[in-house]
Amino acid sequence: MAALQTENLVRRYGALLVTDNVSLDIRSGELHALIGPNGAGKTTLINQLSGELRSNAGRIHFDGQEITSAPVHQRARSGLLRSYQITSIFEEFTVLENAALAAVGTSLNAWRFWRPMLDDSRARAAAEEAVEVAGLTAFAETVAGELAYGQRRQLELAMTLAAKPKFLLLDEPMAGMSAKESAAVTELLRGLKRRYTILLVEHDMDAVFALADRISVLVYGRVIFTGTADEIRAHPEVRAVYLGEETD
Amino acid sequence: MKTSSAFRPSTWIPLLLLGLLAIVPTVASGFDQPYWTAFFARILIYAVAASALNLALGYGGLVSFGHALFLGIGAYAVGLCAFHGIGSGWLHLLVAVAAAAAAALVIGAISLRTSGMAFIMITLAFAQMGYFLLVSLKHYGGDDGLSVGSTSRFGPFDLGSTSAVYYAAWLVLVAILWSMARVRVAPFGMALRGARQNVKRVDAIGLQAHHVRLVAFVLSGMACAVAGVLLANLNAFVSPSTLAWTVSGELIVMVVLGGIGTVFGPFLGALLFFVLEEVLKGFTEHWMAVFGPVVVLVALFGRRGIAGWLEALNRKRPSPGPPDIVAPGRA
Repeated sequence: MAALQTENLVRRYGALLVTDNVSLDIRSGELHALIGPNGAGKTTLINQLSGELRSNAGRIHFDGQEITSAPVHQRARSGLLRSYQITSIFEEFTVLENAALAAVGTSLNAWRFWRPMLDDSRARAAAEEAVEVAGLTAFAETVAGELAYGQRRQLELAMTLAAKPKFLLLDEPMAGMSAKESAAVTELLRGLKRRYTILLVEHDMDAVFALADRISVLVYGRVIFTGTADEIRAHPEVRAVYLGEETD
Repeated sequence: MKTSSAFRPSTWIPLLLLGLLAIVPTVASGFDQPYWTAFFARILIYAVAASALNLALGYGGLVSFGHALFLGIGAYAVGLCAFHGIGSGWLHLLVAVAAAAAAALVIGAISLRTSGMAFIMITLAFAQMGYFLLVSLKHYGGDDGLSVGSTSRFGPFDLGSTSAVYYAAWLVLVAILWSMARVRVAPFGMALRGARQNVKRVDAIGLQAHHVRLVAFVLSGMACAVAGVLLANLNAFVSPSTLAWTVSGELIVMVVLGGIGTVFGPFLGALLFFVLEEVLKGFTEHWMAVFGPVVVLVALFGRRGIAGWLEALNRKRPSPGPPDIVAPGRA
């Protein structure tokens, strides 16, 4: 069953076609990786899926509903949550507050004026669990602005998880991480696999090949191939344009 | 955590000041100095207005340069009602709050489409429109203003005397400070403060930043109008000068001086603003020459104003009870 489906999705910037008739079919429960060289349009596609960017043509279906023109907050509330390549957290709030606010976004709403957010047991429990899964429990009371880079990336992930998503759009969760940190996040994602349907954009090929059920290759805005890790490794065109190997 | 926070200087010093302010009318009549009551009543009223502005400006990061409009709407609600022989305070309050809400809804809906400098300019433009509208209403005194013949009556309680306005203003201030403390950490306040830090993320987690900001702007305008109602009763007079753009500026100065985005900051800022003005005026008529640099220094070096300095005191003294995790100051 398809969790997220796109039909001939298009995004143009002037004459430049950044997303060129992309049709993806991401199955429920799978971890689907999206790879491609710099400038292939991966983040643009994620932004279209999350709703931050309008599509010029094509359709997006999520969980049986058409969401092509649904606003960001509505997609988030229906369980389609994203993380950002460039860390996007609330710098002045503590780690726990960051996660709890993310939980409030989907489990409650903002129209509560009197009771402290952290007194809400549901939001708090979701936040504490997400912080723990992301490995930040020791830093729960730390102000986000004071976290080290790798921890900020972990918080980025914790916020996405606290929202109790059905579907995760992860935009380079390992961007800028050391090899050791990447390995830790790979393990973390392995734990999340199957619990959520995941679309993972990632440059770290070791992580992608270790985690992904299927991989789509995006080049100049077009999906040139979708297949398993072995199929990707064997595909001559993919090797040529992406893995940087000359074909005979 | 809750018990120990009350013992922090940043909490008990403002609370002590509030407590002392409660006895000002008694002390003033004891010393036969009625002027003191009027002077501090003004401070309380502007503290209410500045706290109201803080919801939009401090929590929401919405630099409204037109909040004097809402103060003016509140004042003129009393002035115009009294002019037409309506003396019910409840009706004054209803008209003030409803008119301010309607105005804030329209202004907010338009100006929130922009940000930064454009937002500042649009809010200023709307306030100026209100100002010139009232100047042009010659029937209601135009720029000479309008004296308030009958003050607001709430049943047996009449805001006709200075001390009555004083106690009412004190209660309203306590109520708004209490509300600001609650809202600050409630989901609404967190979403609002979150939108100031990272508006994109607020939407991405399923909250509508735009609606949160609009509601904050409207609530802020409504609370400011309540201050206007009190002000009209205190002065028994309303004039377009209440809506002057300089008043909007002074409200911003009070918030910045006291500590933008803090609960007690606007109250402390209003207090310092008027006390400093009064003291400096005693030395020189060019008091602005001294006052201006003080504001500049606070804006430059004390990012959180007076409230920020009090918070710094929290860290110097070991807190009683279980050790709180206090965020180290950021450079």
